[in-house]
Amino acid sequence: MQKLSLRDRIKEARVTAGDSFRGGKLMSSIFRPGSPFRKGYVDSPRNRSYVVMNNVLYHLHPVKVKRHGVRLSYTLCLGGLSFFLFIVLTITGIWLMFYFRPTELAYVDIQALQTDIAFGSLVRNMHRWGAHLMVLVVFLHMSRVFYHGAYKAPREFNWVIGVILLLLTLLLSFTGYLLPWDQLAIWAVTVGGNMAGYTPVIGAQAKFGLFAGLEATTATLLRFYVLHVLFLPFIIVIFMAVHFWRVRKDGGISGPL
Amino acid sequence: MVDIPEHLLQRSAEARAKALGISIEQALAEMKGESDPTVVSKEPEVKIIEETPAPAAETPAPLAETPAPAAEVTPVKEEHAAETTEKVAEVAIEKKPAAKAPAPKADTPDEVDFAPEVKVTQRLLTVVKAKPIQKAASEPVDKVNTWPHLMLPEFVSLMAMTAFLILLSAILQAPLLEEANPNVTPNPAKAPWYFLGLQELLSYWDPQIAGVMIPLVLGIAVWMAFPYIDRNPETHPSKRKFAIMFYTFFLAGAGVLTIIGVLFRGPGWNWTYPWIDGIWFDDLLDWIHFE
Repeated sequence: MQKLSLRDRIKEARVTAGDSFRGGKLMSSIFRPGSPFRKGYVDSPRNRSYVVMNNVLYHLHPVKVKRHGVRLSYTLCLGGLSFFLFIVLTITGIWLMFYFRPTELAYVDIQALQTDIAFGSLVRNMHRWGAHLMVLVVFLHMSRVFYHGAYKAPREFNWVIGVILLLLTLLLSFTGYLLPWDQLAIWAVTVGGNMAGYTPVIGAQAKFGLFAGLEATTATLLRFYVLHVLFLPFIIVIFMAVHFWRVRKDGGISGPL
Repeated sequence: MVDIPEHLLQRSAEARAKALGISIEQALAEMKGESDPTVVSKEPEVKIIEETPAPAAETPAPLAETPAPAAEVTPVKEEHAAETTEKVAEVAIEKKPAAKAPAPKADTPDEVDFAPEVKVTQRLLTVVKAKPIQKAASEPVDKVNTWPHLMLPEFVSLMAMTAFLILLSAILQAPLLEEANPNVTPNPAKAPWYFLGLQELLSYWDPQIAGVMIPLVLGIAVWMAFPYIDRNPETHPSKRKFAIMFYTFFLAGAGVLTIIGVLFRGPGWNWTYPWIDGIWFDDLLDWIHFE
């Protein structure tokens, strides 16, 4: 009988405890079969399939993708990054909602956010720069798709949805622009709203509907706030779901060229 | 009845005719049960070949018209005028009376004397169409597992983006000017940067605004409908030069207009040089003061 040193016995106990925890009922209930977090996961083609198939990820990704599509230089991850930025913006945005009132107090709230609240300034900056970045990334994603001719059959309709998503992204960014309620916000939105007023036929109505009046007031602030935090995210999520779903239904990533 | 394609029937008839030394038409008629099966002898019925006017047909059309001994051929000819060849085959088979089906050749093996080892026992009973049960929808594609080959790069790029965003937010302060005041108009008043190209464009044709906005609204419609307008199926850039050129011009135009709007426009929307007059773009306030 080999006598184990104390260190080895501790190590053995640790491994055994870890295994029994990872193989226990709790972890088995959380992680579905094939998850790398479950006990006994081995790297095999079968398990690689299960990682995706037995997971919520299966709604986003197929088990296998075209080899050329995983090259970073093909997509530059732009579509995925657009989605990721949307998630970042949702998280930071919800956080900001705790400290923001879309009234005359909006400006005071932003000031408090920048000075009084822990990480307030950082989260606000992340939300703002992330929004600019998202506009840019979505636009670059569209350009990538165009240069690859990825809008061609059978992906025509997904291009249409993509353009709608771009417009929704612009609208989300534009409605968010007013919320700090400073001089930059109100006048940028005034200029933008006046441009909407030049829309043929329905220009005046479009401008009135956007401003909730003839010019930017706190009524406009409330309107933009509701559009920004509730209505437009709701719409864009629906279109994103269709967009991702169509990517898979139309045969995955386009190409190779 | 089984729908036997005409060309298979023809091929089978040719083989049978060759084996038995009879005419193809005769073999065909026998297979359709329209005439009694030939009893092979050393002297094939050459005379019959001479009597049949139609030569061995290549296409199924004359087949139906062949004056085979059976009487029911004529209706086939009428049907054939309007129907497809497959239809003809179907009709030709359908009118075969089941009772007249010839006895299998195996019944009379003794009478085959020209080649005793060759027993002509086969007869075309049915033909399975050459359509596979499982059809390959597309060519096999070189694929890799999503995990880990796609998900790891994705994860890394998400982490990189997060790091970049946090770093950017730590360094650059988002602008916050004085409280909103509808009575104090800043000069110039600029839209968000992604609308500045549009604002710049509108500044050119201010009196004829409709002349700009209508194309813009139409432009969005055209943009959405682009896949339906561009019918060129090619995806390689060398085969779609016009589309590439079109988009690149659009990109360059939008980029130039936006840069002008951001950097080169000052009070009264007059032209300014950023290195001489400064920059009027408050969104980059911190960037400007950063120096």
